[in-house]
Amino acid sequence: MSICPDHNAPSPVFESPWHAQVFAVTVALNEAGRISWSDWAARFSETLRRHGLNRELDGGDDYFMAWLETLESVLAEQETALPEEIHEMRAAWEEAYLKTPHGMPVRL
Amino acid sequence: MGLDTRRCLAQAAAMPHDDHDHPHALLPPDPALRVKALETILTRKGLIDPAALDEIIDTYQNRIGPQNGAKVVAKAWSDPEFKRALLDDATPVLSEMGFYGRQGEHMVVVENTPQTHNMVVCTLCSCYPWPLLGIPPGWYKSDAYRARAVREPRRVLAEFGVELPEGTTVRVWDSTAEVRYLVLPMRPEGTDGLSEEDLAALVTRDSMIGTGLPKVSA
Repeated sequence: MSICPDHNAPSPVFESPWHAQVFAVTVALNEAGRISWSDWAARFSETLRRHGLNRELDGGDDYFMAWLETLESVLAEQETALPEEIHEMRAAWEEAYLKTPHGMPVRL
Repeated sequence: MGLDTRRCLAQAAAMPHDDHDHPHALLPPDPALRVKALETILTRKGLIDPAALDEIIDTYQNRIGPQNGAKVVAKAWSDPEFKRALLDDATPVLSEMGFYGRQGEHMVVVENTPQTHNMVVCTLCSCYPWPLLGIPPGWYKSDAYRARAVREPRRVLAEFGVELPEGTTVRVWDSTAEVRYLVLPMRPEGTDGLSEEDLAALVTRDSMIGTGLPKVSA
């Protein structure tokens, strides 16, 4: 089992735009004093551990899926963003994408 | 058809295709929509500022990266007093150079010698010296590296193409949210008289994680 044969190949810092976004939201909340970094690391590593029990994580999309899941659960506990709220807002964004003509900026 | 080809085809089929027949904007994947939802909720509650998010992304994408760590290593190779101070207590020395952790973490620099090769991992998640190296590469975050770096560091090093002399001890440092490590690699032979800038060009990201060695001087 090799870790990554082309580890010296240049790679983008973030593979997907949403990886960068969820990272930035978390850093911003930390800097605003809403999430302490040691608590974050503890919660996040717990999620990674749980996910890693079922399959091997490759450090890409699955890593940021675990990141997003952790952030959602921390914000739900703080009652900063409840699951219902996220669900509704997600649906609103989905509808906005489906209603916006191709090539136009998508807005809520 | 080989497995790789099949996988590529499957991926291509799953990927949103960018032709112009779409009546509407391409729907981003589910996690992207969830992140957008979070952003909107938090922005509306006044907890985050979209401009600050852009600034954070720009910083980590464009301004912070291994070139920062390389500068530190090249300076340590050139200036014995700086090196002493760096190994003694890196955090204030690095802060003075403008490299401080946004999360307030403590920095420790560990020096490679002919006797000891240092290697850095975060077994719990992916703690990493962001201000010096930027965002960690995928393999650093993978289960395989996190588990195996501690268990069989020499085999992992071999996979990265690093062969160490028999007598060299490998020391693995496990990062935490509070303490992040940077490896100070050995200065390559034949680099006497090189400027700090030229030296910095020899310092690779992996050599500062300990999974690589500096480039050999041209």
